[in-house]
Amino acid sequence: MAAIGIAELQGNARRRRRESRIRRVFLAAAATAIVINVAILLSLFDGVVDFFRELVEGPGLGVLWNDTGWFPRRNLFDVKTVFVGTVMISLIAMLVATPLGLGAAMYLSEYAGRRPRRILKPILEILAGIPSVVMAYFVISFISPDVVQRLFASATFYNMLGAGIGVGILISPIVASVAEDAMHAVPNTLREASFGLGARRKATTLRTVFPAAVSGIVAALILGVSRAIGETLVVTLAAGATGGSAFTLDPLGPGQTMTAALASLATGSDQVKGGSAAFPSLFFLGALLFLFTLVLNLASDRFVRRVRRKY
Amino acid sequence: MPRTATVERSGPAAEAVRRALRGKRADLGGLAFQAALLLALLLALAVLVTLIADILGTALSVFAERGTTFLTDNLSSLPERAGVGQGIVGSLWLMGFVAVLSFPLGIAAAIYLEEYATDNRFTRFLSASIRNLAGIPSIVYGLLGLAIFVQLFSGLTGGRSLMSGGLTMAILVLPIVIITAAEAIRAVPLAIREAGFGVGATRWEVVRSHVLPYAAPGVLTGTILALARALGEAAPLLLIGGAPTFFSAGSRGFLETLQGEYTALPAIIFTWSRKSLRAFGESTAAAIVVLLAVLLLINATAILLRNRYERKW
Repeated sequence: MAAIGIAELQGNARRRRRESRIRRVFLAAAATAIVINVAILLSLFDGVVDFFRELVEGPGLGVLWNDTGWFPRRNLFDVKTVFVGTVMISLIAMLVATPLGLGAAMYLSEYAGRRPRRILKPILEILAGIPSVVMAYFVISFISPDVVQRLFASATFYNMLGAGIGVGILISPIVASVAEDAMHAVPNTLREASFGLGARRKATTLRTVFPAAVSGIVAALILGVSRAIGETLVVTLAAGATGGSAFTLDPLGPGQTMTAALASLATGSDQVKGGSAAFPSLFFLGALLFLFTLVLNLASDRFVRRVRRKY
Repeated sequence: MPRTATVERSGPAAEAVRRALRGKRADLGGLAFQAALLLALLLALAVLVTLIADILGTALSVFAERGTTFLTDNLSSLPERAGVGQGIVGSLWLMGFVAVLSFPLGIAAAIYLEEYATDNRFTRFLSASIRNLAGIPSIVYGLLGLAIFVQLFSGLTGGRSLMSGGLTMAILVLPIVIITAAEAIRAVPLAIREAGFGVGATRWEVVRSHVLPYAAPGVLTGTILALARALGEAAPLLLIGGAPTFFSAGSRGFLETLQGEYTALPAIIFTWSRKSLRAFGESTAAAIVVLLAVLLLINATAILLRNRYERKW
């Protein structure tokens, strides 16, 4: 019997050629993700360059930092107005989402038995499935008039507090699910050791499970902030400020975030284009958003990975 | 005979032991903590119930007065004549774009990542860029659509058209399809693949005949989630003409439809919410009921399919 060489084991050439063709097709499909990333970067970059050229040729770079506010149609682009608005909305949202999300995660992971879990977990899943435009309507039809305005007499109908609460409700299922994953990954031996020393469930949860899962919980919170910054419709509808907004620190009044400034400029009148810096300012805001969320997502990713490495 | 220890779970003796173990004081702090945690979940439930009650209560009169004509009527500036017909059609179109473009592309990318890619710098860059796509705010995808489809390829797409919206939406959900499909493929045990390789199958043959059939339920669930996302998303459409207050109805050819004006259910909800609540509040709530009903249908299908075909290894 002749010895079997590599050639016999490789199978016939036609099959091998088909195999490498298929591999290339799959590779091309996967590479579209890179292409899309590059396309996003290029389109943002192109717009940002346009924006700065318009500014330098027109009103000058001083309009990026003035005390009037963000009014793109009047060529006033005060960055700190939209930046502070974004920070405020995210802060309010996190004040809602942190207790709500972490509380739910701790209860589901440490307290609920199998059956209550099966009943309680879908609440978060359904909440996570609510489209943001629906939450936006709920804020202007209920949260702002029936909660915020009742509690604070000075609040206007369109206010940042209501919008922030709406965003917070939207992101709390995300915070809960990432945090619960992290606490779930903590090995049971740690809990048993804690119980064995006589700790009760509360002490075990707070002093053993929480520190062990802390990087995952931080990841959950960072992801929450990132989503809050990117949330568009709730703020556009419920925080008011169509067409522009003055610099404000009052959460009970109208205000604007980067996303809302983008969306309201794009929908205010159908033709936002040429001749002014208003149209390219869309891309300037987009680039800011892209940068902020990129940094936060990378940080969150790093923390998640730290949990995975540990256990 | 195995010896079984009988543990008395109730009765005065067990109660005495339990009390002794628990300490003399009642654990009030622990109970308060547990109650506070449960409150977080109950608060979420309360929000859900209020939201649904608020919307159903407002929407009821629209369905009572107009019945199903609300579902077929076109956009209008008069609230009593405005319906969501064009929005339903538009949303179906957008989901069609997602199904035709994102599903094959996303699943193929997932197969590459899980079955073909070796752990090298390129692969790590690839999966980092997919994770990055998943984290980009949806409105930024709108800017991509605006720059590429509306401006650069306006000759093909017709500018702010259904085709631009559909392509943008397909790109938006692509990372979701890739990530969920990759997870489903990863869950198929290695032994299944080895069995295939053992009888001389090539990689593609193993994938086609073994991995994909076993991963199908998970992949399917992911694709349905992507559809739900495409249905509920409105932010990017605002930038690419998806939120008109009115556009003329009338039968158009296939290409004319693709290059023509469009809207979608969530975009209608957005436009109507911007008008005064007194005039359009009821119609908005009714449109939300329609959107939530379709979403519920889609998600229920996903859960049913998952429960029916899911297998534990």
